[in-house]
Amino acid sequence: MLRTAPVVLGILMAGPVVLGLLLVILPAFGYLPAVGRDEFSTLPWRELFSAPGIQQSALLSLVSGLVTPIIALTIVMLFLAGISGSKLDRLIRRLVSPLLAIPHAAAAFGLAFLIAPSGFLARLVSPALSGWQRPPDLFIINDPLGLTMMAGLVTKEIPFLLLMALAALPQLDPGRRVMMARSLGYRPVLAWLFTVAPALYPMIRLPLFAVIAFASSVVDVAIILGPGLPATLSVRILGWFSDPDLSLRLMASAGAILQVIISLTAVACWLVLEKMVGRIWRYWTARGQRRQFNGALLISGRVGITVAVMLLSASVVVLTINAFAGPWRFPASLPASWTWQHWVSTTSTLATPVANTLLISLTSTAIALVLVLATLENEQRHGSSRFTALWLLYMPMLVPQVAFIFGLVVFTETMTWQPGIWLVILGHCVFVIPYVFLTLSETYRRLDPRWVHMARSLGASPNRVFWRIRLPILLGTALTASAIGMAVSVGQFLPTQLLGAGRVPTVTTEAVALASGGSRNVIAVWALLQSLIPAAGFILALAIPRLLWRKRRAMQESA
Amino acid sequence: MPVICILTYLTRVASAARQHLAVLAGAVLTLAVAAPALAASAPKDWSQVLQQAQGQTVYFNAWGGEARTNAYINWAAEQLAREYGVTLQHVKLSDTSEAVSRVLAERQAGNADNGAIDLIWLNGENFAGMQSNDLLFGPWAEYLPNFQWVDADNNPDMRQDFTVAVNGYESPWLRAHLVFFYDTMLIEQPPGTIPELLTWARKYPGEFTYPRPPDFLGTTFLKQSLMELTVYSSALYSPVGDSHFDTVTEPLWRYLDQLHPLLLRRGRTFPASGAGMRRLMSDGETALAFSFSPSEAPIAVTNGELPETVRSYTLHGGTLANVSFLAIPFNAANKAGAMVVANFLLSPEAQHRAQDPDFLGGTSVLAVNSLSSEWQQRMRQTRRHPAAPSPDDLDRRLAEPHPSWIPALEQAWLKRYSQP
Amino acid sequence: MSEHYLELRDLKLTLAGRTLIHVNTVVRGGEVLTVMGPSGSGKSTLLAAIAGFLPAAFTMQGEVWLDGTRIDPVPAEQRGVGLLFQDPLLFPHMSVGGNLRFAMPSGEQDKTARLKAQLDEMNLGGFSDRDPATLSGGQKARVALLRLLLSQPRAVLLDEPFSKLDTHLRNDIRRQVFTRLTQAALPCLLVTHDAEDAAAAGGQVIEL
Repeated sequence: MLRTAPVVLGILMAGPVVLGLLLVILPAFGYLPAVGRDEFSTLPWRELFSAPGIQQSALLSLVSGLVTPIIALTIVMLFLAGISGSKLDRLIRRLVSPLLAIPHAAAAFGLAFLIAPSGFLARLVSPALSGWQRPPDLFIINDPLGLTMMAGLVTKEIPFLLLMALAALPQLDPGRRVMMARSLGYRPVLAWLFTVAPALYPMIRLPLFAVIAFASSVVDVAIILGPGLPATLSVRILGWFSDPDLSLRLMASAGAILQVIISLTAVACWLVLEKMVGRIWRYWTARGQRRQFNGALLISGRVGITVAVMLLSASVVVLTINAFAGPWRFPASLPASWTWQHWVSTTSTLATPVANTLLISLTSTAIALVLVLATLENEQRHGSSRFTALWLLYMPMLVPQVAFIFGLVVFTETMTWQPGIWLVILGHCVFVIPYVFLTLSETYRRLDPRWVHMARSLGASPNRVFWRIRLPILLGTALTASAIGMAVSVGQFLPTQLLGAGRVPTVTTEAVALASGGSRNVIAVWALLQSLIPAAGFILALAIPRLLWRKRRAMQESA
Repeated sequence: MPVICILTYLTRVASAARQHLAVLAGAVLTLAVAAPALAASAPKDWSQVLQQAQGQTVYFNAWGGEARTNAYINWAAEQLAREYGVTLQHVKLSDTSEAVSRVLAERQAGNADNGAIDLIWLNGENFAGMQSNDLLFGPWAEYLPNFQWVDADNNPDMRQDFTVAVNGYESPWLRAHLVFFYDTMLIEQPPGTIPELLTWARKYPGEFTYPRPPDFLGTTFLKQSLMELTVYSSALYSPVGDSHFDTVTEPLWRYLDQLHPLLLRRGRTFPASGAGMRRLMSDGETALAFSFSPSEAPIAVTNGELPETVRSYTLHGGTLANVSFLAIPFNAANKAGAMVVANFLLSPEAQHRAQDPDFLGGTSVLAVNSLSSEWQQRMRQTRRHPAAPSPDDLDRRLAEPHPSWIPALEQAWLKRYSQP
Repeated sequence: MSEHYLELRDLKLTLAGRTLIHVNTVVRGGEVLTVMGPSGSGKSTLLAAIAGFLPAAFTMQGEVWLDGTRIDPVPAEQRGVGLLFQDPLLFPHMSVGGNLRFAMPSGEQDKTARLKAQLDEMNLGGFSDRDPATLSGGQKARVALLRLLLSQPRAVLLDEPFSKLDTHLRNDIRRQVFTRLTQAALPCLLVTHDAEDAAAAGGQVIEL
C-alpha cells in the first residue's frame, strides 16, 4: 500500500504536468489544430520576441523573482535572530497565520487603496495636514520599475516564510545554540545568525524556491500593483491567452515557455547567490566577529517585519472599512455613512459557493495530506528512496496557469470526464500537493530518528510508530501544511472555472467575476469572504495542538 | 529494494507519460477528421425546439462583473423555468476568454456534441474569432420567433457585428453605446468632441485617463478618436490590410502624443480596465470617464460609488455603438434550450425589463414600432435616471469598425507607448 | 524461564570499505559488555546494528543471535532488544503513564495495577498523569528505565546513558540501572567513553 504512494503522487503530478507542458510546447512551435494551425514553425517565437517591451517584461519578472525572496528572507532571518519573547514579538507571531489567509489579490488590492494618492493614508492626512482637497497626481502604484509590486510581494511572502521557519525552528534547539555562542562572547543576534541560521536555511529552502517561482510568475498582484507599460511577462501572457484573436495563443504559449525559463533562471541565480553568501558567511564566521552590527541588524529585522505586518493588517482594516462603507469621497477620512448593502447584495447567493469551497478545499487538502504523508513515510521506511521527481512539484507553480490548465482541460475532455466538482478537486490537488509537500517534507525528514528507534525498540510496529509517535509529534506541522493547502485551494480561480466548466461556483469564482467590474466595496466584501475560510483553517491549525497538548509543555514550545 | 522501488516508479511515470502522449495524438487525429462537420440542421420548427428544450439545463456563460446584470439573468431563469421548463444556469465569467478557452479545449479533445457551454454572451472580436475558427453553431438566430421584433431589415446592425456578417450565428440581446460621464462639481463643460478633449485637458490637466489597450474599452477609445481624427474614416469599415495603416492612423498618434502628458500621471500609467477607470473617478482622481454601458454611471451613482453630481452624455458627432449578441458553441449539449433562452431574452417582456432603470437600465434591441401597441406604449414609458444619457444622446451612433483594426491599433499603441 | 544470552557472531561493521568494529562474543544474562572508544569509533553504530537501525551507509557482516534465535534479519520491533540513550527520550506528547503503557506488550492483563506498582517501586508513585517535561533529570531517567523494563526486552543496549546527568545523580542512576538490569538477568551491551561506567558495569570491556 505504502509503496504505491510515491507512484500515485508521481502520476497525479506528472500526468497534468507533462500534459500541461506538452500542450504548451506544441502551440509554441506553431501546432494548435483547434485554430487550424498544424504546421510546426518558429513564428510564435519570432512574434514573441518582437512584441513591444518584451525584454523589459521578462527582466521585470526575473528581478521580481530575485528581489522579493532576498528581502523577505533577510527580514525574516533578522527578525528571528532578534526574537526575544517581547510583547511585540508575540503579537507578530500570533498575526502570522491569519495574515497568511488573505489571498494575494485581496492583500494587493487593500495595499493599493492604502497607499494610492487617493488612498486611505492620504485621506487620513487630508485636507488638514496635507492641504489636499483633491488627490495629488503622484506616481505611487504601478511604477515602471515594479517597486510597489515587489514591496507588496515581500509583504505577503514574509508571513509565509516566517511560518515555515517557525515550524522548523523547534527541532534545531535554537536556545542551546545561541547560549553556546553567547558563552563564547557573541552578541545575541550574531550568535543566532552564526549558529542557528545556517541550520535553519536548508529547512526552509523548498518554501523559498516556491517564493521565487511565485514572485517571478505572479499575475494578480502584478495586475493590481505592477507596472502596465510594459506589464510583467506573466500578465502579458495572460492577456495574449485571453485575446479574442485565437492565433495569439501560439505566441502566448511561447511566452509561457519563456516564463518557465525566466523562473528557472531566477532559481539558478539564487543557487549562485546561495554559494556566494555561504562563502561570505564562512569568511565572516571565521573572522570571529562577535559584536559589530548587532544593534543595526536587530533594528532592521524588527522594523522590516513590523512594517510588513502593519501594512498587511492595515490592508485588512481598509478592506473591512470598504466592505461597510457608504459613499466615501476624498478627502474624508472615513465614509460618510455605513451600510450592509454590499453584503446583502452580494451574499444572497452565498450558500452554494461556500459549500463548494469547503468541500473542494477540504477534500483536495485531505487527498494531498494523505499522499504526501504516505510518500514521506514510505521514504523513511524504505531508506533512500527519496521522492526524486521534485521538479514535478514545482512545475505547476512555474508554468503559467492559463497555459497549463488549458492542457488539463484538453486531457479531461479527451478522457470524456464530465466537468464537475470531482474534476475540480483533482485539479486543485495538482496545486495543493506541492505546497503541502514543501511545508511538511523537511520537518518530516529531520525528525530526530531516535524517537522512532526508541519506539520500535519498545516493540511498536512501523504502523504503530507512525500513528502513535510520528504523527502526534508532527501534528502541528501537518495541520499548518493542511491550512496552507486549504488556502491554496481556496485561492484557485482558473482551475475551478475551466475544469468545472463554470458549473462549480466557489467563493473565489464569484469574487473574481464580480471584481472584474465591481466597485471597491463589492471587491472588499468578497476579499473578506475569501479570507475567512483559510483564516478558519489557520486558526484551527494553531488551536488544535494548543488544546490537545495543553498539558504537555514540550509540545507547547514547539507548537 | 529502494533502487528497485525508484526504478519501478520511474518506469511507471514514464509509461504514464507515454500513455498521455498516445491519448493526445489520438485526440489530435480525431480532431482532424471531425472538425468541419458541425452545422446541424437548422431549427425551423419552433414547436419541436420547445419540446426538445423541455427539461434541459442551459449553461449560459456571461460576464458576471455586475450585480444587476446577474440579478437580471436570475430573473430570466425564473421565468424560463416556469414557462418553458428550461433551467438556466448563469456561469459567471470574469472574461469571455474563459468560455472561449473551454470551447477551444473541447474542440482540441474532439468533443463534438457534448460541450459544457450552451450559450455565450459575446460580440465583435470574440465573435469574429470564434466564427472564423468554426467554433459556433448556426445559423439559428433568425428562426427565433422573437427575432421579428428587431426589424432587422430596417436595422442592419442586427445582422452585422463589427461589420462582420452575423448570418444567423448569434442572436441580438442588448445595445451597447460608448457614453462619457463627468462630475459636474469638478467640471463646468465636458468636451464635446475628441479634438475638444485635447483643449479641455489643457484646461484640466490630470482629470482624465483611459484604460490601457488591449483592454477593449481602451481600444474603443482609440477607435473613437481615430474616427473623429482621420480623414479616411471609411477605410475603417474594411479589413485593416486593405488600406495604408500608417497614413490612416497618423493623426491619432499625433493627437495622443499631445494628449498623454495632460492625462492622469502624465500618461505614464493607465488603469488596467474600465472598472479601474471608474474607481479612479470614484476616488476623485479624475473627473471624466467613459463606459460602454449607458447604465454604468446611473448604477454607480445609485450604489454610492460615484457622486450624485455625475452626468452622462455622448460626443456631438456620435459615439461608437454596437450590439451584444448571444451565440451557441458548435458542440453545445443543449442547443434547443439555448435557443429558447435566447428567444426569451429577445421577448418584449424581457427587453422591457432590461430597459427599466430599476433592473438593468440597458438599451433594448427591439424596434419599438414593430411591437404591439400595448408594448409600444410600455417601452416608450421607461423612466430615466438623472445620471443616464438622454435618448437623443443615444441616437447619435457610430458603427464599429472592422474587427481587424482592433489588434492593429493595439499593437501600434503598445509599440509606441510601452517603452518607458 | 531460561536464561537470556546475546551472541555477536563474527560481527563486522564497515564504512566505505573501512572496518570499524569486529566483534565475536557472547553476553550472558546479567552480564554487561562494555564497549569503550572515542567518538567516531563506531560504537554507537554497533548498537544501531544490533537494534536494527543500521544507517544505509554502513555494511554489516556476521550474525546476531538472541536466546538461540538469529535476530539480525528480523524487524527491529520483533528483536526484543531494548535501548537506553543519553537522553531519556520520553515521548513529549504522552504522560508518564502513557509512555509506560506504550511500552507494555499489548496482551498484558491489569496494566493499570502493574503500572502503579512499578511506579511506586521506582519512587515515582503518583507520577502517572504527569507531563514528562515537568520531571527532573533523575526522574526522567528512572521513567526511561522503567519504560525499558516494561517492554520486556530480552537484551538491552545502553548508549552513554549517564553522560548527561549531574555527577551526584549519575552514580545513583547508574546503580539503579545496573541493579535492575541484573535483577532481570538481561544481557547488556554498554557503549561509553567514561571509564567509571565501565568500572561500575563490572563486566568484560572491549576497547576500540
